[in-house]
Amino acid sequence: MIKFLIKKLMVLIPTLIGISIISFGLIRMVPGDPVLLLLGERGSTPEQYKEMQQKLGLDRPYYQQYLSFVGNAVIGDLGTSTQSKQPVLKEFFDRFPATFELGVVALIFATLFGVPAGIIAAVKRNSFWDYSIMGTSLVGYSMPIFWWGLILILIFSVNLGITPVSGRISVLYEIPSITGLMLIDTLFSDEGIPAFIDALSHLALPALAMGTIPLAVIARMTRSSMLEVLGEDYMRTAKAKGLDRKRIILVHGLRNALIPVVTVIALMFGSIITGAILTETIFSWPGIGKWMVASVSQRDYPVIQGGILIIASFIVVLNTLVDVLYAVINPKMRDQI
Amino acid sequence: MSSTATASSETKPAEHLSPFKEFWFFFKQNKGALVGLIIILLFSFIALFAPIIAPHDPAQIFEGALRLTPGEDPRFLLGTDDVGRDLLSRLLYGARVSLGIGFLVVIFSTFFGSILGLISGYFGGKIDQTIMRFMDILMAMPSILLAIVVVSILGPNLFNAIVAVSIVSIPAFTRLVRASVLAEKKKQYVLASASFGASHFRQMVINIFPNCMAPLIVQGSLGFSNGILDAAALGFLGLGAQPPTAEWGTMLADARQFIETSPILVTLPGLCILVVVLGFNLLGDGLRDALDPRMKK
Repeated sequence: MIKFLIKKLMVLIPTLIGISIISFGLIRMVPGDPVLLLLGERGSTPEQYKEMQQKLGLDRPYYQQYLSFVGNAVIGDLGTSTQSKQPVLKEFFDRFPATFELGVVALIFATLFGVPAGIIAAVKRNSFWDYSIMGTSLVGYSMPIFWWGLILILIFSVNLGITPVSGRISVLYEIPSITGLMLIDTLFSDEGIPAFIDALSHLALPALAMGTIPLAVIARMTRSSMLEVLGEDYMRTAKAKGLDRKRIILVHGLRNALIPVVTVIALMFGSIITGAILTETIFSWPGIGKWMVASVSQRDYPVIQGGILIIASFIVVLNTLVDVLYAVINPKMRDQI
Repeated sequence: MSSTATASSETKPAEHLSPFKEFWFFFKQNKGALVGLIIILLFSFIALFAPIIAPHDPAQIFEGALRLTPGEDPRFLLGTDDVGRDLLSRLLYGARVSLGIGFLVVIFSTFFGSILGLISGYFGGKIDQTIMRFMDILMAMPSILLAIVVVSILGPNLFNAIVAVSIVSIPAFTRLVRASVLAEKKKQYVLASASFGASHFRQMVINIFPNCMAPLIVQGSLGFSNGILDAAALGFLGLGAQPPTAEWGTMLADARQFIETSPILVTLPGLCILVVVLGFNLLGDGLRDALDPRMKK
């Protein structure tokens, strides 16, 4: 196990270094002079230019610039947004809870529907149910979620008028931020339950849109994993013992079938950022995705650079963690790397 | 056994089918895959003959014909968009743009992915580790985010969006080819060829590569759908094709503000994306079942 951990770390560190090099190199690949970009095209005296160049450290050789970039990043200094003049890290953490909340609710929704759908499809293999569930999940898997979000708005907000179109909560409510998670903060606020329901209705459509592709992936994964387990000897033994069919499937089968599914769900936290970029843009959800898109259109390079660094590092570390946890559960995995 | 999708002219014993016939035998059993194939053929036909089928020029603006609903004017079967262009013509030309994007993305990413995968798998050691570590880094970046960044550096237009999406798609192809090469290079025919002094290039490209085709074809079909989806997403975010190009993602972004008054402008372009992407995913699933020897039981 120790050997496995060391191996994993040996892979993680160069990957993190690579990510830092890419996010460092990025801002320098932009056509044009970053100093002029920051000062604005017009109205910069040579003195101002020199001063800015020194402030940014762009007068030093590249390797020194890179080392100080990494050094600063390690202590949490990712530079300052050119738009809001706020530290990038603070900007990130201001928006992170919104994306986190949306992502968690989307994944819970995807799991609650995806796992049972997959089980039904596997148990009733090659039946009408199997074909309809697998067909629907392939449609879900192919879904352009930027369109799906708009269609959901069209149905539920425009035609039925049940859900709000954008934002996290109505302007009516003033919710003090404790955890940054609206569902929890509303319960702690004086507004109580009505505010909670309002927050939930804001969350419903974006979570549905964002959870659709994970739902399809989980359903497919559960089905194939369940099919594999159903063919195992111990399942036949359980049947021979005369156990109840429901019990065999839900206790003996599901427990083993879920191991790979849980891994896939954990790994999805990373890819959910992709969904967040599109979903948050459609629903004006004030999270990381909308922030990144806005910073690209405003050419706010410190934010792009810092954002990429945090998000990619987060995903890599998370994936390693999942691998390690998986190896703890399943000793067979320790030999395969 | 190694099955390639190309028909071989070699004559074989009667009980053995040619690889292509064998492939077709398994493929046609999968109804979903056939549906996918029909969807793709239909949209390819539309893409090729858009100028002949389309009733109007997709960029032609008709004065005073803003956001007509279907049937309101017999000249415009599906109505017009927010500046008075024929929606049907734009959708038909959109097939051209989207399939073109998918095609270029698959060509680019297969080409570079195969080269990197061949080198990585064949030489192994430090070269392998370096290439694969780099692929891991690329894979750690959320694809759309990476594409957005590439576009923000190169500037937003259709070609840069294609480059960005291709770069993002390379690791999947590299991993696949590398895995196949690792399995193939220990086989007898490769060792025999080496004992005759075959060059590295000959070993990689002529001996090993043709036997890596099956998974590559499957991934190619899935790469098509990913490419179309990602490029449409970039178009939607205003970072891909620029107006007045008739691209489905861009059309969606334009129509977004009219969702309450003209929902058809939002519904149809997205539906086209969904159907085409679904077609390639169905085809990919069918190809995998038909080409993967382990599934043939």
